[in-house]
This record gives sequence, C-alpha cells and structure tokens, in this order.
Amino acid sequence: MANSSLAGSNPLYAGRRRRNAIAKTLAWIATAFGLGWLILILGILLFEGIGGLSLSVFTENTPPPGAAGGLMNAIVGSLIITILAVVIGTPIGILAGTYLAEYGRHDKLSSVVRFINDILLSAPSIVIGLFVYEIMVAPMGHFSGWAGAVALAVIVIPVVVRTTEDMLTLVPDTLREAAASIGLPRALMIMRIAYRAASAGIVTGILLAIARISGETAPLLFTALNNQFFSVNMNQPMPSLPVVIFQFALSPYEEWQKLAWTGALLITVTVLALSVIARSLTSARKSS
Amino acid sequence: MSIASTNGHGLSTAVPVATHAKVDTAGLAEKVSIKNLEFFYGDSRALKGISLSLYANKTTAFIGPSGCGKSTLLRILNRMYDLYPGQRATGDVIFDGDNLLRADQDINLLRARIGMVFQKPTPFPMSIYENIAFGVRLYESLPKAELDARVESALRRAALWDEVKDKLNANGQSLSGGQQQRLCIARTVAVKPEVILFDEPCSALDPISTAKIEELIDELKQDYTIVIVTHNMQQAARVSDFTAFMYLGELIEFGATETLFTTPKDSRTQAYITGRFG
Repeated sequence: MANSSLAGSNPLYAGRRRRNAIAKTLAWIATAFGLGWLILILGILLFEGIGGLSLSVFTENTPPPGAAGGLMNAIVGSLIITILAVVIGTPIGILAGTYLAEYGRHDKLSSVVRFINDILLSAPSIVIGLFVYEIMVAPMGHFSGWAGAVALAVIVIPVVVRTTEDMLTLVPDTLREAAASIGLPRALMIMRIAYRAASAGIVTGILLAIARISGETAPLLFTALNNQFFSVNMNQPMPSLPVVIFQFALSPYEEWQKLAWTGALLITVTVLALSVIARSLTSARKSS
Repeated sequence: MSIASTNGHGLSTAVPVATHAKVDTAGLAEKVSIKNLEFFYGDSRALKGISLSLYANKTTAFIGPSGCGKSTLLRILNRMYDLYPGQRATGDVIFDGDNLLRADQDINLLRARIGMVFQKPTPFPMSIYENIAFGVRLYESLPKAELDARVESALRRAALWDEVKDKLNANGQSLSGGQQQRLCIARTVAVKPEVILFDEPCSALDPISTAKIEELIDELKQDYTIVIVTHNMQQAARVSDFTAFMYLGELIEFGATETLFTTPKDSRTQAYITGRFG
C-alpha cells in the first residue's frame, strides 16, 4: 500500500506513527480503567439494590432493627429538603449570577464575589454542615428540616451563580445591543431576551445543582439529622435518603443493609436521570 | 500624485482639517446636526472634532479604512456606547432641536426614534412574529388586529413577507442569514423610528442578499433618514446621497456622493477611493 511504503521510506513519519499508536493505546487503557470502575459500581449497586426494590420501599417507613420496612419517610424527607433547598438557593443564585454577568461585569465587587463563589463551590460540604449547625441548630437548640434545607441551599447557590453567569456571558453582546436598539430598557432586555437565550443553560445548572445535593450526607448529619418516623414537620429532625443509607449501611442488621443498597440505587438513578435531562437540554440548545 | 512628502500609506498626515465640498442644501432638511464631536474610549480619543449634517430622507454613508471611527460615530447617534463603561462623547449632536448627548436624555425613547441594524443579523430568540411585535408592544398597546397589520406591513417593508407569511410562528433564528437581516430591518421599521442606522449591514451576507438589502435601503429613505457604515465603496456609491470619508478619527471629506467619488478634494480621499490603501 502507498501508505505503508511511505511510512517505511520516511523514518520521521514512521516514528511519529509509532508514538501515535503508543499514545492511543495509553488513552484506551486510561478510558477503560475509568469506565471499568464506574461500570463495577453501577453493576454492584444494581445487583445489590434491585432485589430490595418493591412497593413496600415506597409505602413503609424505616423499620426498627430486625424488622421489615421501607424508605418512605426518608424519600419524602429527601424530597422536601431538596425542593426547599432549590427554592431557597435558585433565586439567590440566579440573581447573583445576573448581577455578575449583566450589571457588574467589570466591577471590583464582582471579581470579589466571583472569587468567593469559587471558594464556596469547592468548599467541603461538611464545613457547610458545621456552619449551618452553628448559625441555626445551636441557637434553636435542636436539629430541624429547615436547617437541612438551608445547608443544601448553601451548596446550590454557588453552582447556580456560576452556571447563570457563564450562560449569560455566552449570550452575545450583539443581541443585547439589538435589544437596546429598539428602546428596550436593560431590565426588560435581561428578562425577555437574555434569560430566554440562556434558559436551557440556566435550567441545566439548576438540575446539576439538584443532582449534586441529592447525594449529600455530611451537611445533613449536622442539620436535619435523621428521624425513624414519618415527619413533614420542618421544625423537627427530618429523615433523608443519604443519612439513612449512611446509618443503615454501617449497621450490623441485614435488613437495614439491604435497604441501604436500595436507597443508594434510588439516588443513583435519580442523579443519572437528572444528568441525562441536563445533557439533552444542552445539546438541544446547541443544535437550535 | 507625488509620493515624496507622504507617509507609508502614501498619505499626507499634516493637515487635520476636513475639506467640505460645497453641499447644495437647497430643499434639504437637516435631521441631525453634529458639531465638534469628540469621542473617548477611556483616555484614548477616537473621534476628533467631527462636524457634519445628516439630511432628512437622504442616505448618508460613512466610509474609511478599519479603525477610522466610522462605526464609533454611528454608535453615538443612538447612544449605544452608553452600554459600556469608560466610553464618553463631548460636543453636540442636535436631533430635531434636542442635543441627544445631554446627560438626562431618555435613552430608551431616543433609541425608539433612532433605530439600528447591525453587522451580524441578530434576531431575538423567539418567533418571527414575536421578533417584530415585541418592539411594537414596548411603546404602543395595539389591539390584536392592528398589531397583526403592523407586523405584516413591517415584513412587507423589509421584503420578507412572502417568504415567511406561512411560518410566522417559526423561530426567527431558523431563517437564513439574509432573511434574518431583513427580519432585523422589519423589527427596526416596526417601531416607527425616524432615523435608521445601518452598521455594515451586508458584510455577513452573500451577493444576492446584499442586493436585496441595498434595494431596501433605497426604498426606505422615502420615509426615513438613513445612515450606513460600509467597508464597501461600491456599496456607498450605489446607495448613498452623501458620503463622509473618515480617517484616523477625523472627518476628512464630506459631500454629495457623486462629487466625492468623482472629484474628491482631499488627496487622502482620492487615495482611499482609488484603492491605494484601506
């Protein structure tokens, strides 16, 4: 073949081909290594968790040791705390992100806010749990669902701030100028044009924030704690899936361990679904 | 021409005074009058003592090499520079007797009266119909039937109606580049401005779309005062009644397009229009 004869006749080219082959192989190995663990985790999770999956998981509360039961109180608790955290964190995050991208793009204040936000983004969640413990749980004298929601909201905020700012920055200035050129005031331009152009990205950010907090355990241990019983009272300790998994998985009781696997499967499937939705939203935006 | 006393461009840089050809102003109404306009990006001066008039129902072209300040000048006329910090203008720009540079000028109302079409088509992320109705609703509350009529007449004005009348609910960004640019013209026209500014409106378009837009500009001047910035001298010659040649932030020469292109007074104008630089 022309190719191989060329490769054979040119030592420089042959060397480059060899190096290319080596690099390619290494890349394959690295990919296989990374994906292998992921598949292993998902596989074991599916294997261990799916057996416990039944209707009673959704209709019965967490059992005392040695008895059968479900995860209803933990699922409901997780839903309430997560939704509340998103309700608290998203408006703050979007407003702050809007300020950074639209009003204060070149301000000193913005670069400070941006810097602090980046720190918050990578702050260990246990620190956030301790922080909310100090400002809410300690003064109130007891653990509560509110404290849990606030702790998770603190995790939501930096994610939403970041994605909102990034997505608004991607909206071209020419579109802003076009809006201004028909006499559109700035606030209306942001609400009617910029948000619309960036909507898919902003929603993606919120979904990723939900995915992020739905598995958080450490901040909830210090704030919402846990509750063996069904409770929708936000002033009381509240159960949640991650904390129940944490407690049950470390217990010596087989029923509890089984429920922990099932809970882990539920969270994983939820996070996976959220990521897939986020991904498809992003690609829909790109192709439009 | 002598090359001896000139710089690298073959241009004399010594005399910064604009040579104004005698403009026959009989029968012309002055729509915008620019006097001693200076413009600054931070500390650097981008426009130096510009004075010129824009006449009602005429098309004025700003030409000149890149960086000469022609777009800057255009963007002063609707205070677009206000969007960015550190940019300021001094001097007078009198629009219907009112200095549009004054600090308490209502900029949104001003921009509704002085519309703009940009270099790249910029349809809003909404339907074709909404792209046009959106701007109208900002300043007028019309009943549905009248709004529909306004949208249709704007699209007809922009010679786009026949192509989009069956898909008014399609996304504006789904149109071709040339159609998008005409949609932007329709959007601008629908707000009923008095002046329309075109910032290199054809530089991203193919020749057929360009011809359509030029034809449109020619028709639009019956109702509007038109200003167009262009890199393309043939285009300036085709569409404009008056031409301003700018160089390094100065207005070098202003006059009737025909005069300026056939008998330029300034050697720099001559050099530019004959393609010796730029």
